[in-house]
Amino acid sequence: MLNTLLEALSLVSHLDNQVVAIVWLSFKVALATVTLATLIGLPLGALVAVASFPGRGAVTVFLNAMMGLPSVVVGVIVYLFLSRSGPFGDMGLLYSPTAMVMAQTVLVVPLIAALTRQIVEDAWRVYATEFRSMHFTLRHSVVALLYDCRYSLVVAVLAGTGRSLSEVGAVMIVGGNIEGYTRVMTTAIALETAKGDLPLSLALGMVLLTVVLLLNTGAYHLRLWAMRKYG
Amino acid sequence: MANFFRQLTIFLCVMLMAGIARADESIVVSSTTSTEQSGLFGHILPIFEAKTGIKVKVVALGTGQALDTARRGDADVVFVHDRPAEDKFVAEGWGVERRDVMYNDFVIVGPKTDASKVKGTPDVVEGFRRIAAGSAPFISRGDKSGTNAAELRFWKEANIDPKAWAGYKEAGAGMGPTLNMAAAMSGYTLADRGTWLSFKNRQDLEIVLAGDKRLFNPYGVMLVNPAKYPHVKKEAGMKFIDWITSREGQESIAAYKINGEQLFFPSAKN
Repeated sequence: MLNTLLEALSLVSHLDNQVVAIVWLSFKVALATVTLATLIGLPLGALVAVASFPGRGAVTVFLNAMMGLPSVVVGVIVYLFLSRSGPFGDMGLLYSPTAMVMAQTVLVVPLIAALTRQIVEDAWRVYATEFRSMHFTLRHSVVALLYDCRYSLVVAVLAGTGRSLSEVGAVMIVGGNIEGYTRVMTTAIALETAKGDLPLSLALGMVLLTVVLLLNTGAYHLRLWAMRKYG
Repeated sequence: MANFFRQLTIFLCVMLMAGIARADESIVVSSTTSTEQSGLFGHILPIFEAKTGIKVKVVALGTGQALDTARRGDADVVFVHDRPAEDKFVAEGWGVERRDVMYNDFVIVGPKTDASKVKGTPDVVEGFRRIAAGSAPFISRGDKSGTNAAELRFWKEANIDPKAWAGYKEAGAGMGPTLNMAAAMSGYTLADRGTWLSFKNRQDLEIVLAGDKRLFNPYGVMLVNPAKYPHVKKEAGMKFIDWITSREGQESIAAYKINGEQLFFPSAKN
């Protein structure tokens, strides 16, 4: 155990190019995923929080439940859509980073939307009467609330980023873990574990953990700074 | 809102084009975990890529899964090791131009203490009988891979229904995870020699039976039938098949060694 840990530490200390490329791809996929999922998830979550429509309770429950969506299931479904014998097969997207972003977006949108709904709904309770007296349209309310909750919503986006970076089931299936093309940190860890190279997979795990920690530290300080500056 | 959707559409289009543009000078080879995890591809593919400029994207699955992936049209070339399944694949019209590439052999791996006394026999079927008669577990791949298919043939020859035996555990995983399990449970398993040689987490495992002729493990390569799937990259795929069965390809396979031990033996007829 201790030996494995020490060996892992020495591997981390001299990262080779291949590992850097893998980390970089993880980063790019997560960035594209979270951008897309934020663009869809924030308005969607806020809309569900503010609008009143029949079946709103059901939609809320559905969104919350989908936070726990198994990534392997999403992987298989997206795989079947993108497969050459599936409906979007002509696009030839299977086994590409684009396919990975698509699958992960399906995973992350419900997560961001559900958290956004909760945060915005709490704010809505405070502002509802005021907005109604000002005759705000639904769209104005959504925009105003999203803006007002922006610091809290960072948590939703961070949760999405974390899920995207750490998820392995979906990217393995739709990406194929192709070396130099669709291999990301999590699939590389899975492969090295399969090869019985535990120190290397642990080293990659440490890199993954460090990246996620750095990201969260950055977001935390950004939030503190912004709150001091803009109240 | 309209602006937002416009931006989203542009973003998506760029992402899609990036995916399509890249896919052009490359082929997808659906292959087995044994070739990937043994490090063979890492050794031979750079040679092929440097020579032809064709990027080979390897998706490593069990043989059964690799053939299914090709049946769905999601690969250009298949490189697997289960002759009966390969022949069926070709007979059904999914694959063309099947060629022998190389072989290695299967080995029975078990704990050094060898509780089930497999070491005493050179006969693989007898080895399986002894394992089933013992108390140490047997870890099966259970994933329809070529190794799994070979293992099931041995049980059949031994007239044993392994699922009726409590010591039979199906991992449903690749060779590496199965070896990890065997190491953790001090159990036996059937492994291809390539993955075994490159496997690092052996703990108390060692080879307890090898050398029986029936343990022969041949690999074949074939092109997914372009008549079934017109998008199959026929030319690039054939270049790969021709190269790997050419003298240069065969020599690079033979040159791949771990600790001085050769993992795969060329067998193409050319």
